Amino acid sequence: MKYRVSVHIVPRQGILDPQGKAVADALHTLGFSGVAEARVGRHLVLDVNAATQQAAEESVRSMCEKLLANPVTEDFEIAGVAAP
Amino acid sequence: MKFGIVTFPGSNGDYDAHHAVTEALGAEAVYLWHKAHDLEGSDVIILPGGFSYGDYLRAGAIARFSPIMQEVAEHARRGGPVIAICNGFQIACEAGLLPGALLRNAGLQFVGDTVIIRVENTDTMFTHRYAAGRLLRIPIAHGDGRYTADDATLDRLEGEGRVAFRYTDAEGRVTDAANPNGAMRNIAGIVSDEGNVLGLMPHPERAVDPLLGSGDGLALFQSLLARVSA
Repeated sequence: MKYRVSVHIVPRQGILDPQGKAVADALHTLGFSGVAEARVGRHLVLDVNAATQQAAEESVRSMCEKLLANPVTEDFEIAGVAAP
Repeated sequence: MKFGIVTFPGSNGDYDAHHAVTEALGAEAVYLWHKAHDLEGSDVIILPGGFSYGDYLRAGAIARFSPIMQEVAEHARRGGPVIAICNGFQIACEAGLLPGALLRNAGLQFVGDTVIIRVENTDTMFTHRYAAGRLLRIPIAHGDGRYTADDATLDRLEGEGRVAFRYTDAEGRVTDAANPNGAMRNIAGIVSDEGNVLGLMPHPERAVDPLLGSGDGLALFQSLLARVSA
């Protein structure tokens, strides 16, 4: 089965994210004063062949730990697994 | 003594490194293609600056999977010296040869400048030819140079004397204004726990001739030559 797995990778809370800060500042300038914080990361979409949905998710989790996210500075979250 | 300089797709500091160690230092050097599996008898490996693999995903993240990195990691495990400059530093961190990571400059801008760094530890194979606390003028050219690690790692680096260089002002004071990229604790360069891998964002290989702005980087290579040839 082929599964489409989405991953969010963002700078870890507490680590300075200058891009996020610049975005938050720009939003404030536009009048979106409700924005308390913004963090800018990456969104990846992977089409993965796997036996089950759970296997697809576990495989992507391993990819995140080994390559897609930097364990020192980033957190990742599997945002969705579905048939493409 | 022979230097092996790794060329990745996107390296741009390899020729400067070659010039520094052959012309300025007078040592032998070979270029090592990233797909090779042989260090060709090199005593010292240089991972040069540049934008390997276009900095895709994260700076250095893909280069660490280049075939030659297996041999470089093995060389480092055996205690062989490695100088990881700029993008090389990013690659060395991604490969786990050095702790921490290098993130986007705090000011978001690419910074090309000549900065002051202070020699923090003269008891390393890379710095023993410098006087303690010596201030060096060395060029920088990077967009992702903000050294980042957790507090425990930073404390350990400091406690073990593994911070090799720190950004300071012209008086040698560690200030925010003198920090070009927001690096934690103004760290510009560190060594590995065994002391044989040096990673630094500034470019000592571009500071080996006063005629070209600064000769302050040459003693780093002389330190290695004295130690490795001995």
